[in-house]
Amino acid sequence: MLSIRDFAVSFRTRRGEVQAVRGISLDLGSGETLGIVGESGSGKSVTSYALMRILDAGGRIRAGSAVFEGRDLAQAAERDMQAVRGREISMIFQNPRAALNPIRKVGHQLEDVLRRHGRATRANARAKAIEALEAVRIRDAAARYDAYPFELSGGMCQRIVFAIALACGPRLLIADEPTTGLDITTQKAVMDLVRDLTRARGMSSILITHDLGLAAEYSDRLAVMKDGQIVETGPAAVLFADPQHPYTRKLVDATPRRGAGLRDLLPLEARTPLADHLPGDRALVQVRDLVKTYWGKSGPVHAVKGISFTIREGQSVGLVGESGCGKSTTSSMLVRLLDRTSGDILFEGFDIAAIPADRFVRDKRRSQIQMVFQDATDSLNPRHSARQTIADPILRMSGLRGTALQTRIEELATLCGLPLSLLDRFPHQLSGGQKARVGIARAIALDPKFLILDEPTAALDVSIQAVVLNLLADLRARLGMTYLFVSHDLNVVRLLCDHVIVMQGGEIVEQGPAAKVMDTPSHPYTRTLLAAAPEPPTTKMKTTDIAAKSAAE
Amino acid sequence: MAGRTRAIGMRLAQTVPVIIGVIVISFILTRALPGDPAVYFAGAMADAESIQQVREALGLDKPLVMQFFLYVSDLAQGDLGRSISTGQPVLTDLAARLPASLELTLSALVLSCLIAIPLGVLAAVRQGSWVDHLCRVLVTAGVSLPTFFTGILLVYVFYYLLGWAPSPLGRLDFIYFEPPRVTGFYLIDSLIAGDPETFAATLRQLTLPTITLALFTLAPIARMTRAAMLQALSSDYIRTARAAGLSRGKILFSYGLRNALLPVVTTLGMVFSFVLGANVLVEKVFAWPGIGSYAVEALVASDYAAVQGFVLAMALLFVTLNLIIDLSYALIDPRIGFDTK
Amino acid sequence: MTQVTDIPGRKPDGAWAHLLHVLRENPVTMLSFGMFAFFLLQAFFGAYLVPHDPLATNATNALRPPNWTHWFGTDSLGRDVFSRVVVATRLDLTISVLAVAISFVIGSVLGAIAGYWGGWIDAVLNRVLDTIMAFPLFVLAMGIVAALGNTVENIIYATALINLPFYARLVRAEVNIRREAGFALAARLSGNSHFRTLAFHIFPNALPPMMVQVSLNMGWAILNAAGLSFIGLGVRPPTPEWGIMVAEGANYIISGHWWIALFPGLWLMLAVFTFNLMGDGLRDIVDPRRRT
Repeated sequence: MLSIRDFAVSFRTRRGEVQAVRGISLDLGSGETLGIVGESGSGKSVTSYALMRILDAGGRIRAGSAVFEGRDLAQAAERDMQAVRGREISMIFQNPRAALNPIRKVGHQLEDVLRRHGRATRANARAKAIEALEAVRIRDAAARYDAYPFELSGGMCQRIVFAIALACGPRLLIADEPTTGLDITTQKAVMDLVRDLTRARGMSSILITHDLGLAAEYSDRLAVMKDGQIVETGPAAVLFADPQHPYTRKLVDATPRRGAGLRDLLPLEARTPLADHLPGDRALVQVRDLVKTYWGKSGPVHAVKGISFTIREGQSVGLVGESGCGKSTTSSMLVRLLDRTSGDILFEGFDIAAIPADRFVRDKRRSQIQMVFQDATDSLNPRHSARQTIADPILRMSGLRGTALQTRIEELATLCGLPLSLLDRFPHQLSGGQKARVGIARAIALDPKFLILDEPTAALDVSIQAVVLNLLADLRARLGMTYLFVSHDLNVVRLLCDHVIVMQGGEIVEQGPAAKVMDTPSHPYTRTLLAAAPEPPTTKMKTTDIAAKSAAE
Repeated sequence: MAGRTRAIGMRLAQTVPVIIGVIVISFILTRALPGDPAVYFAGAMADAESIQQVREALGLDKPLVMQFFLYVSDLAQGDLGRSISTGQPVLTDLAARLPASLELTLSALVLSCLIAIPLGVLAAVRQGSWVDHLCRVLVTAGVSLPTFFTGILLVYVFYYLLGWAPSPLGRLDFIYFEPPRVTGFYLIDSLIAGDPETFAATLRQLTLPTITLALFTLAPIARMTRAAMLQALSSDYIRTARAAGLSRGKILFSYGLRNALLPVVTTLGMVFSFVLGANVLVEKVFAWPGIGSYAVEALVASDYAAVQGFVLAMALLFVTLNLIIDLSYALIDPRIGFDTK
Repeated sequence: MTQVTDIPGRKPDGAWAHLLHVLRENPVTMLSFGMFAFFLLQAFFGAYLVPHDPLATNATNALRPPNWTHWFGTDSLGRDVFSRVVVATRLDLTISVLAVAISFVIGSVLGAIAGYWGGWIDAVLNRVLDTIMAFPLFVLAMGIVAALGNTVENIIYATALINLPFYARLVRAEVNIRREAGFALAARLSGNSHFRTLAFHIFPNALPPMMVQVSLNMGWAILNAAGLSFIGLGVRPPTPEWGIMVAEGANYIISGHWWIALFPGLWLMLAVFTFNLMGDGLRDIVDPRRRT
């Protein structure tokens, strides 16, 4: 029903014309779900915007055709496109709350679309809108009708955006990264809903995502894009088992999945042996009955309700949970940026929670407990070059100056795989992976014993994530650090951690060795989390890989 | 809803310390004025003894704190003192002259909104076109123009050179009589009295000063409308609306402009602050009998009660206006008072 | 070790190279800086270069239209308008630069403290700023100068005070946004005290938007001073200042002597216009993100 041929899109920028999509060809059958997968800059979202003809002012379709049920969308007039959008082809986006008009009731927004495409009159618009809400399984639809987007959760907002998309009975749904920013359980609920409703109505859909596992689970076929071109297409199982194109292989390898170790994420040539690092017996960090209560506008908020756990020297502990579970609050308290309400935090036997956060800056233990932040863009000072960023902790907490300082900085950069020529660049001149390395170099500058990693790879492309995770493992082995790895991504935690703590609603619901918790969870919430995580199809290892593996052993 | 009522209540409560601060500052300002008021009140021929009597009568010999409390209690009764120059209670003077200033200010604001808002919208929608450039030039020029200079230039060109505008001597040419006073606004009063000639005459006199003031307020309103519109149009929800096939008009007005007007409304408060100040200058150029020229004359004559009354009146007027603007913003924007997730 | 993609290129620009790059990239910026240089020249050297003494009166030569001896004509007292206009640059520029500098420094400090620590400091500052902003600003300036006296210092203080809230509010908002940003927290982890984090990490990032405000304020400051002089509250005659000159000229414009008010007004307008144009350029120079 959709046939794209030699489709090319370009953007006019200050530096000339940029080719975002360089001639792609695709076919989509009736009732089929196609997943378009790629990393940032691959042109996958641009393709969908161009198809709907909602590109920004500087973008245009340079060449090619996109024939939808007999009509070439690339050539259609704007007036005809307005009839197509929302009625025959619909789209849902990422960041659902921002996708809705903040000062207009959601019910009215639905009505606008229904009335525009002649599906409702002024008289029955409200009833039809409520019907549309019920179609996406929203309970209490009549009450939700009068709500504003800021009053609703992210998952609910995405359902409403979906309701708007389905309201006029389109034949094709395009979903552009619909689950980015949502919790895993919400993600599963939304994707299941999308799949159920599109199947029930016999709709085709295009799922655009960077998450290969998600795409594999919810699509019939996949198309892999890189640099504006499609490198490979095929059913998910085939692509995973036997990828033809080297880029596909790289992506498939880099996707964290059951049965794959850290090194398996990397391309074959980079798979140097992983140094073993056995945790010691001594307890490095002991948390006892930690509590944190905030005073919110409508009463006290119990962010952390009394948790206890121990981290041994050399261990890599994963702290898992969805948003609002208290894991970020816990890590802030552990790194002493936040004061606790009650409870102890023992570091090498000494209660560091007793020292207020403001004074901990001058404590000699400050350099021993460090943190790698989630969003490297936010965690690097835009005015400081990479060199200055890495130098800061050394200048503040050690006596190194002059040549010795520069040597140390270069040492750290090399350790983290950052080319020395990039040291004088500013954050906006660095790529995502490079910025992550700068953040890591800064954190390990003073040889900390305990490193807290707050979702350090969440914002990175999957292939860069593979590299950074391996870097973190290597550093830990080399420098003998202890890790607390905070994440919502269970597959990543499985790779890097030997011990796991699961949090929900401010409490620890389960903790134990990673293999045990992941494979045989005892708490129902852990089971729900594990069930919600998308499971990529198994990769069949090539014979050459098997040979290399047995040679290494 | 409770959150909203709370937010409104808090906003009202915030006004109280501000009003107190305003009263304190205007008291301090005028006590620091040069010259001994007692000397002026006593007259040129007075000797030291009668000056002292006058001083006691006015309460100027008491400690400053006592004077302040006396001042506040007078205020509560609506007594702003008596003007030296006119001999009238200051409140009466101000009340008599306020409509003239308001008529001028409001006309200018309405005129500039009528031009600036559509201009800002057009500039945002047609980015890079000649409308956009015109808007940017107008904005930069408008912000750079000194109001008194524009007024003078306009008088020179349109009165002296072209003879189109009447002479800048106040609200009404002396051959016309004031319409019977209902609101104090000549435009409205002349219509109520059924006197189209006076109406036309008022309009003629009003034109140049209104244009002068409007040029001044045009710039910030157009700039804010353009910026807010650009911001709104590049938002995610506009993309959703486009993808859902909504018509251009619907997207532009119901989704874009409505959201963009919110910051514009807040800007109006700031614009009003500038305009009340520019009012003083324009009234001097056009000999407009409003409270601005009243204040200037009072300053020259060291008429401290009048100056104090003027500063206080302007500040209270402005506080009330900001309150109205903030409250109407709270009513338009459903997000106010809510803890966003 | 794993391969890292390298963006090929030269070493990033130093400060001078960046300045030149900004100037070259945007012709408007170049123009505005050129005009600023023009005014600076007048301010520094004007008094030595003008053909006539700005204060010298000559009753017989009064009210002459522009001619070859007197390029801008003469005023009611026979003084050369051109010389007065050029010499006035120094006074007006001094007033605006000093006023803006004072309000920038004090406003930034207050705003930064309130934005970072919040709490009662923030509440008190907000009330104070609200009170200042409760007065129509020009009216407040009028009141202050009237109360304290007609001197140049008082004009500077009054202008500084009424501009203060803009900086305080702007800095407060910018600091507040960045208070919980990753790099601010990382600075704390690196051993920076609250004060160091605020002063050396957070505040410098607030500078780009403030530059725009600074340039706008310089324009307002000149307009403010000229306005005050226009109504008789500012600089006293016979000191040459653009506002007084327009006021003097206003009386004569109705009788057709346009040059006495036009030229000072024009200079005033150009100066303010220059500052407004400079705003974006200044911001580009200070913002590291514009460096390529």
